[in-house]
Amino acid sequence: MRPKLELLDRSLVDRILGEAFELLNSPGIKVGTPAVLEMLAAAGSRINDGVAHIPESLVRRALESVPREFFLYDRGGKPAVHYGGDDVHFDPGSSCLNILDPETQQPRPALSADLVRMVQVTEMLPQYAAQSTAMVCNDVPAGMGDWYRLLLILWYSDKPMVTGAFGVGTLRTMLELLAADSGGYEALRAKPRAVFDVCPSPPLNWSGFASQNMVELARAGVPAEIISMPLAGATAPVTLAGSIVQHAAESLGGIVIHQLAKPGAPVVWGGAPAIFDMSSGNTPMGAMETAMLDAGCAQVGKSLGLPTHAYLVASDARRIDAQAGLESASSAVLGALVGINMISGAGMLDFLACHSIEKLVIDAEAIAGAQRLLAGVEPRTEKLAVAMFAQTGFSGEFLKLKETRALFRKEQHFPSAVIDRSGDPNAPDLFTRTRQLVSDLLARYQRPPIPQEIEKALLAIARREATAAGLDHLPGLVLQGSEVPVS
Amino acid sequence: MQAEIFAAMRQSILDGTADQAGDLARKALEQGIAPLDAIDQGFVPGMNQVGEMYAQHKMFLPDMLASAEAMKAAMIVLEPELKRQGGERPTAGTVVLGTAKGDIHEIGKTLVGTLLTAHGFQVHDLGVDVTGERFAAKAREVGADIVGVSALLTTTMGGQRSVIEVLSREGLRPKVKVIVGGAPVTRRWAEEIGADGYGKDALSAVTLVKSLVQK
Ligand code: B12
Repeated sequence: MRPKLELLDRSLVDRILGEAFELLNSPGIKVGTPAVLEMLAAAGSRINDGVAHIPESLVRRALESVPREFFLYDRGGKPAVHYGGDDVHFDPGSSCLNILDPETQQPRPALSADLVRMVQVTEMLPQYAAQSTAMVCNDVPAGMGDWYRLLLILWYSDKPMVTGAFGVGTLRTMLELLAADSGGYEALRAKPRAVFDVCPSPPLNWSGFASQNMVELARAGVPAEIISMPLAGATAPVTLAGSIVQHAAESLGGIVIHQLAKPGAPVVWGGAPAIFDMSSGNTPMGAMETAMLDAGCAQVGKSLGLPTHAYLVASDARRIDAQAGLESASSAVLGALVGINMISGAGMLDFLACHSIEKLVIDAEAIAGAQRLLAGVEPRTEKLAVAMFAQTGFSGEFLKLKETRALFRKEQHFPSAVIDRSGDPNAPDLFTRTRQLVSDLLARYQRPPIPQEIEKALLAIARREATAAGLDHLPGLVLQGSEVPVS
Repeated sequence: MQAEIFAAMRQSILDGTADQAGDLARKALEQGIAPLDAIDQGFVPGMNQVGEMYAQHKMFLPDMLASAEAMKAAMIVLEPELKRQGGERPTAGTVVLGTAKGDIHEIGKTLVGTLLTAHGFQVHDLGVDVTGERFAAKAREVGADIVGVSALLTTTMGGQRSVIEVLSREGLRPKVKVIVGGAPVTRRWAEEIGADGYGKDALSAVTLVKSLVQK
């Protein structure tokens, strides 16, 4: 039996959806793109001063055309992430400003080389089914920040990825890069390697950029992941239930826009809700109430049969300490028990502002634990214990049994050096062990072979865009031992 | 007698009861208490105490917002009377606030505005996605002492520099101090773009603005 957690009973789910439909109708949702408003009007919404009043019937129709599941593929074209059902996958958090410098244990602006290292470590860890455009590289001009992260992943990884655009122009560059990687736009549509996060603005606002983003992604057939982030008590009702209603309304509004642009295009019921800390005014991602919001929101999506996503495994600690461990591990377990298809956030510290490669490696152990939990308690032998006792009697010598040898690898997860079970009083501390582990992983990493014509196509796009941005080299992009020049 | 009503005023701010604060303000005027005395000896000490209790985690943001509303309710009653008597409330200073062009993150900026208002500053909040030109026009219109620019994205931090450039171009810079904040903003960035100050959170923004206005 696979363990499963539900926070809401059926009648509460129904009430949440009922109120979400009410909100979509009144006050409605703000939409910042005139063309999208026209599309909504043509489909039967009343439009008033930039606000769409969407009737329930239109939402129901959109929900009918949403795919219940889809895959993200790796570079080889194999399905690698299954969005749908209760499958659970993890990826690192995205778009950090800073990286925790392992030397000083202080945050500093992230550079391309940091993202490359993180991509390489993520590539080596089986706990992460997907890469993430985890950091903004401060050594490239801000205007090319979003597509450059994507380029580095395509260059160094075979895994699928969770990404997102910062603007509509650069979204097109990102789609162009992905198409080059897949062998054309049709190939990309048939076997997408990436899912794009898109954020409505709380409360109930699909900004110009976000709504246009949804339309473009739907038309390109590249999966969109709706990241509604009600902040309970600040930009959303203070009650968890009220915020879950708002999340549902924003997400349903996005689905309507998306499915009107292209019925049947893949979309994910995602989110990054949080409570609002009434003392500091911060948005704690590691709070239990934040995890409960994520669980509740995902459950509402599941009740509609949709693929799901959430932001968990992130901590608000400023460095790698016990707070980071307990916040990340507990939310990893919770998200896994809910059966959320993609859980983003591992590696993150400081309210999503700082990443750490060391923490990513530590979180991988929390995730491994959660994955072990999901595998559940299996009978495995015909007689659960009696047959083994028939062999050992009172001797207690289970270590010698062939069943022990045959089954211990299935029953137990073998943790990395993150977890110290040596009992050695002189064992190095967690941070030292983890740093060693990171350097071992990096030493073992090998760049996957990428077909030359793909490499060439990626470089051509990168050079064109970098030239336009006035950059004379491509930081972090190494070919045969040296950094790739722009010209 | 006066001591009693001043104490009640202080309490109405602490309780965040706007109705109460408005009623007390009216009662004070009926009793012939000078509006300035009602403000300085009644309501403002309440607000100061709220600030202290917030810093000590004894009051929280919703409490403080309610206190700020109560303060506003009292001022609506007292200010016209003050003007009529030919006086004016010595404002701590005038601040124009907004989030940089292309950026729609507003929570932090709004908090900064609320705390500044609660501490007696005149705050003109331009909202989000604000161009340098709009900052400059408003600063000129209201005779701002301070312009505060928030940015939460690496891509919009450049907007803070533009605000400074526009203010300089329009000849406002000698008079108007510029402060910046937001998650990706650092003291170093503030220095690099020639801002006059950086605040890491809303409370330090208040301290910062106070010190800049005194200069
Ligand atoms: C909430 C939030 C949103 C909400 C905003 C809702 C709203 N109405 O404001 C929404 C969902 C709209 C949003 C959208 C996006 N966001 Co956002 N968002 C956040 C989040 C989680 C919290 C921000 C917040 O409100 N914090 C709470 C307040 C109280 O803190 P604060 O803003 O820092 O303000 C305090 C201080 O900084 C200071 N301060 C602030 N301003 C000022 C000004 C002055 C003058 C002074 C003195 C002080 C000061 O005082 C404040 C009070 O203490 C941050 C993560 C983070 N850690 O910052 C990401 C974050 C800022 N967002 C991010 C991103 C990427 C985006 C999007 C681009 C996502 C997308 N792909 O669509 C869009 C951009 C939209 C746009 N064009 O602006 C990234 C930025 C990465 C980067 N490299 O720039 C962050 C860091 C998260 C992440 N790691 O992905 N976001």
